Amino acid sequence: MVDLQVLEGSEAVAFAVKACRPHVISAYPISPQTHIVERLAKMVADGELDSQYVRVESEFSAASVISGASAAGSRAYTASSSQGLLLMTEVLYASAGMRLPFVMTGVNRAISVPISIQVDHQDTISLRDSGVIQFYVESSQEAYDTHVAAFKIAEDPGILLPVMVCMDGWILTHSYEPVSVMEQVEADRFLPPFRPINFLDVDDPKSWGSYAEENVLMEFKYAIHAAMNYGKKRIKEIFSELAELTGRNHGGLIEAYRTEGAEVILMAMGSVVGTVKEAVDALRSEGKKIGLVKIRCYRPFPYEDIWNAIHGAKVVGVIEANFSMGSEGALGMDLKAKLCGRRNAPLVLDFIAGLGGREVNEGTIREIVQRGMEAHKRGIPLEEPYWAGLDPTMLTQGG
Amino acid sequence: MPAEQMPNHEELFVSGHRACHGCGMALAVRHVLKATGKNVIVVTPTGCLETFTSPYGYSPWRVPWIHHLFENAPSIASGVAAALKAQKRDSVRVLVIGGDGGTFDIGFGALSGMLERGDDVLYICVDNGAYMNTGGQRSGATPMYAATTTDPAGSVSPGKLQRKKDLPAIVAAHGVPYVATASVAYLKDLRKKVGRAMEYHGPRYIQIDTPCPTVWGFPSDRTLEVGRMGVQSGLIPLFEMEDGTITTVRKIKKKIPVEAYLKAQKRFSHLLPVDLWHEEVQQIQDIADRNIEKYGL
Amino acid sequence: MKITLGAVVKGGTSLEYKTGAWRDERPVIHMALCKACGQCIEVCPDSAVYVENEEYGIDYDYCKGCGLCAYECPTDAIEMVHEEK
Repeated sequence: MVDLQVLEGSEAVAFAVKACRPHVISAYPISPQTHIVERLAKMVADGELDSQYVRVESEFSAASVISGASAAGSRAYTASSSQGLLLMTEVLYASAGMRLPFVMTGVNRAISVPISIQVDHQDTISLRDSGVIQFYVESSQEAYDTHVAAFKIAEDPGILLPVMVCMDGWILTHSYEPVSVMEQVEADRFLPPFRPINFLDVDDPKSWGSYAEENVLMEFKYAIHAAMNYGKKRIKEIFSELAELTGRNHGGLIEAYRTEGAEVILMAMGSVVGTVKEAVDALRSEGKKIGLVKIRCYRPFPYEDIWNAIHGAKVVGVIEANFSMGSEGALGMDLKAKLCGRRNAPLVLDFIAGLGGREVNEGTIREIVQRGMEAHKRGIPLEEPYWAGLDPTMLTQGG
Repeated sequence: MPAEQMPNHEELFVSGHRACHGCGMALAVRHVLKATGKNVIVVTPTGCLETFTSPYGYSPWRVPWIHHLFENAPSIASGVAAALKAQKRDSVRVLVIGGDGGTFDIGFGALSGMLERGDDVLYICVDNGAYMNTGGQRSGATPMYAATTTDPAGSVSPGKLQRKKDLPAIVAAHGVPYVATASVAYLKDLRKKVGRAMEYHGPRYIQIDTPCPTVWGFPSDRTLEVGRMGVQSGLIPLFEMEDGTITTVRKIKKKIPVEAYLKAQKRFSHLLPVDLWHEEVQQIQDIADRNIEKYGL
Repeated sequence: MKITLGAVVKGGTSLEYKTGAWRDERPVIHMALCKACGQCIEVCPDSAVYVENEEYGIDYDYCKGCGLCAYECPTDAIEMVHEEK
């Protein structure tokens, strides 16, 4: 029997983490991650969660504490947002290289300057090169289920990489939704105790963190990439396994929503997907052949699954809340890189929407679809990614 | 020769590491591990010690050892300690052994956090007063008027103008159970202090003066001699502090003027002849004299 | 050679690297002068001094020739001689 409750998104995550029995939790507060780590702290204080909770003096240390714990053979968890995630960058690269399987929540929030506590994906996207696996969730239920799966994925002997579950700040973390929570016995069955391949062991002393000369460094880096590629199959298997257990199926590495026969397929990740799905439904009811590919797993980038969903379409409109200054949005770039040279590939257009919490509503999606279809008719791709909702009258000469 | 009589049989820090010949740090680490025994996990920040002990495939550490990054050895250690607690591996203890760069400077914040939390970690700083791994750049631990590559002596500068950061005092101000200073020149004393520190739980700190022949500029066979001079001049006070109170000091048997210490090292050679630089040398002497008075040496 | 997971390496493997090749000078122990205090073993940063059947010896595979054993020996029983290559 699963227990359905109305939970704040942050609380749902805390319940998911609790179900996975981490030995060590460490965190530094930053909006909008705070409710997750506060809820976990209360669980520990009330004896409901038997974890070592280490209150640190910076995010650098939070990520480091769980790295040390993981190397010592313990399951570990942290969470952060925005500036805090950037501060963890060095640690995440190092821990991915060290193949440490901890889990963390990236509560999405815009990056300074200007300072903003509203949501966009610039923070977690900035970490996409690090070797950390990244999932993006649409709802609090998906956040719950993905966190539970994340531990199993991280600890898989063929993967052994940190896993980051990205969820939109405020929209998901601070809103209330009905969430089904697993029974502890179910969670234990799905996720047995962590059995590390290597751990800091006085009976078998090993040294971690060597320096590598040019004759081996490339191979070490390639091994991370290879683990991620192997992970694509395994991630789908683990998601299926959990879906079977819970009766809730959020999809595999992607969710293809009404893509059959679609001429224009939108692509998005995070909570905005809910809005896009509604827009797709409305447009479909008007006879437009529109679909959506929801990216659930962003790293490793699931281009095979994406290709299967989009190759019949004429246009793919990527909608994303991040930007690589001087170039394009990350998801757009990832997709275009993979489609480059492919015969009959759809036209890929990049739309930037929702930076710093700017509202994305059905109207925004309709505008995006309109522009996409126009570009396709003219046969000319949009030269520059289109920043939906931007008010150019506010800009001074040269920006 | 029977294996048990081979020099490396009982060592937890074996031969083949790539330290410079005469390295004070390597000698100190050897003796630290003699005092702790094998039931320790060692964390080391980036630096000389990390580099000379971890070319891929060649490790001298016969205890579990981890090097993660430069600025986070204290937090890695806190994480290891938390994991050991969660796993109920009570007999295994956590050590950080790291240089002054990773301790006084870039790891300072993480160190303070670890101390404030009361984590069960013995932090040992092997202090050679500069970023030696990268050629000898100035750190917060560099003594006054020492020349370093980023704060060199030149026609308008006599080297570092600031005093050495008093890290033992800063650590002690966190209210930790045990703080000590030691020197590789006094190995029995060093082992005794490590042993004493291991009797406590909570955060403990030992700062070991480890002269560096390569960059301080003295012959490789004089490492202990230079170390002794540092102690005998008063510049390197040796003491133990338990719960904030000084409990032991190593009194100076025969005081030497700081001049003798300065003359023995190329990093102070710009202060010679001392008559020309008597103001600066006097300031260094004042530091030594203040230590002697403060600690009752 | 296969790479290890996460570049984790077995401890004690530095013994495969013979730092003795670094030497310019080598210590020679004159047992006649030796009073068996053990200081030489104590002060070697490379654990390259040993005692076997009361005879002190140098492990020339690893000795870097720093001279600490010779300098610290209270009876001057260790002499540093030029290394013949």
